[in-house]
Amino acid sequence: MRFSAWQVLKEGLTGNKGWTPHWRSPEPKAEYDIIIIGGGGHGLSTAYHLAAKYGGKRIAVLEKGYIGGGNVGRNTTIVRANYFLKGNSEFYSHSLKLWERMEKDLNYNAMHSQRGILNLFHSDGQRDAAARRGNMMINQGDDAILLDRQGVREIVPYLDYDNIRFPVYGALYHKRGGTARHDAVAWGYARGADQRGVDIIQNCEVTGIDIENGVVKGVQTSKGPIKAKKVGMVVAGRSSQVAAMAGMQVPIESTVLQAFVTEGLKPVLDNVVTFGMGHFYISQSDKGGLVFGGDIDMYASYAQRGNLPTTEHVVEAAMTLMPMIGKAKMLRSWGGIMDMSPDGSPVIDKTHVEGLYLNCGWNYGGFKAVPASGDCFAHLMAKDEPHPVAAKFRLDRFRTGQNILDEEGSGSQHNLH
Amino acid sequence: MRIKCPLCGERDRREFYYQGAAIALNRPAPDAGDEAWNDYIHNRENPAGRTKDLWHHEAGCSAWLVVERNTVTHEIYGVELAEDVKRGSKNAD
Repeated sequence: MRFSAWQVLKEGLTGNKGWTPHWRSPEPKAEYDIIIIGGGGHGLSTAYHLAAKYGGKRIAVLEKGYIGGGNVGRNTTIVRANYFLKGNSEFYSHSLKLWERMEKDLNYNAMHSQRGILNLFHSDGQRDAAARRGNMMINQGDDAILLDRQGVREIVPYLDYDNIRFPVYGALYHKRGGTARHDAVAWGYARGADQRGVDIIQNCEVTGIDIENGVVKGVQTSKGPIKAKKVGMVVAGRSSQVAAMAGMQVPIESTVLQAFVTEGLKPVLDNVVTFGMGHFYISQSDKGGLVFGGDIDMYASYAQRGNLPTTEHVVEAAMTLMPMIGKAKMLRSWGGIMDMSPDGSPVIDKTHVEGLYLNCGWNYGGFKAVPASGDCFAHLMAKDEPHPVAAKFRLDRFRTGQNILDEEGSGSQHNLH
Repeated sequence: MRIKCPLCGERDRREFYYQGAAIALNRPAPDAGDEAWNDYIHNRENPAGRTKDLWHHEAGCSAWLVVERNTVTHEIYGVELAEDVKRGSKNAD
């Protein structure tokens, strides 16, 4: 079924009885050309791009839980292309361009809203850094505006501009940045992949990877063995466990990142505001809840919930930046498992096993990368060579020390990002 | 999460700085080669379950501790002084 305004009208007048499931629920076949392990945003996007751009292949996505149950349904939905380093900036620029045409490509309302992102700064030094980053973004072909204090005040008048420790000096304004409906992104890619023949198999946990003489042959799953010519691992926080099935140790440490939402409020926050000094960022969902988050919980964890110290820190930052938030009641908090890499940047690469590919290390920034990650991983798996915009996401950069993508400038060891 | 420091007793997690996997106690020889150093600095077992990691009692006695805990449930099984672990055995994993 193709979605359109006409379809909505027709269904509205006929009791909404004509809607059908957005994708099939097939049983796994005995063999595929390509198996994607992981039905999250990145895995579904990979399957979609494989089917849409490199047709004629039998493709399956194996998901141990349900579509939308992992990080793609647990993030704070921010989409942006404000990266600085060569290697990162062209990739995220590509991703934002894919975001801008995603809804038309998928015929699916992902509620992508380019409401603009304000990265605040609080000192002369930070202003210089913001100007430099903005210039890099413009050089990349994206947009950036350096706002002074008054310029920020005109957009978000209710911040604490005269905070003793962090007075607001201005902001880097990225107008094409914004938010999207995260579940709809997963569902849209799932539907798009399914329509192009991809089998999306939920409740199917991969328990082993079959390798013979250094060549991948298939996978063992909770629904039995499945043969495959190529296998892609795209499992975010569980990367270490799946890679271990292929005898690999990957440069990943899994930690929890929490997020929070208040009760639904009338429109109050039109943009995304980030307060880097407090590790805090906030936006308002279309339902009215203020969605905000902070830093990771800063120790290895697979619990999809956080601990109180980080919650307290985030709430303190919220009150520091935006005192009016104290009037709102916090409704829910939750956590997702982040695959933290040493330099804070991802890996899209081949492995030492022929036909086995790895996509991991998205840290706490995977959501905005969903379209380009899928496009680039599909390119790598179909052509056996990296996509030009993802050419620097190499696994061996940690061993060689070349092309380390340390966007924050804090180092290339665990626990620094 | 509360961590029982062998010197100070049970304290709030906020008093401790997390360093990472206890692999940090097994530093390779300077000439061990880039694979060994890559494993030591970057590659991790990163288990979902029982693990040992290194914490610093930063806001307390300043001791380095090896904490054995569960990464899924946040249960803590035991805490030892890193110096005792290092002396007792070369293998802290």
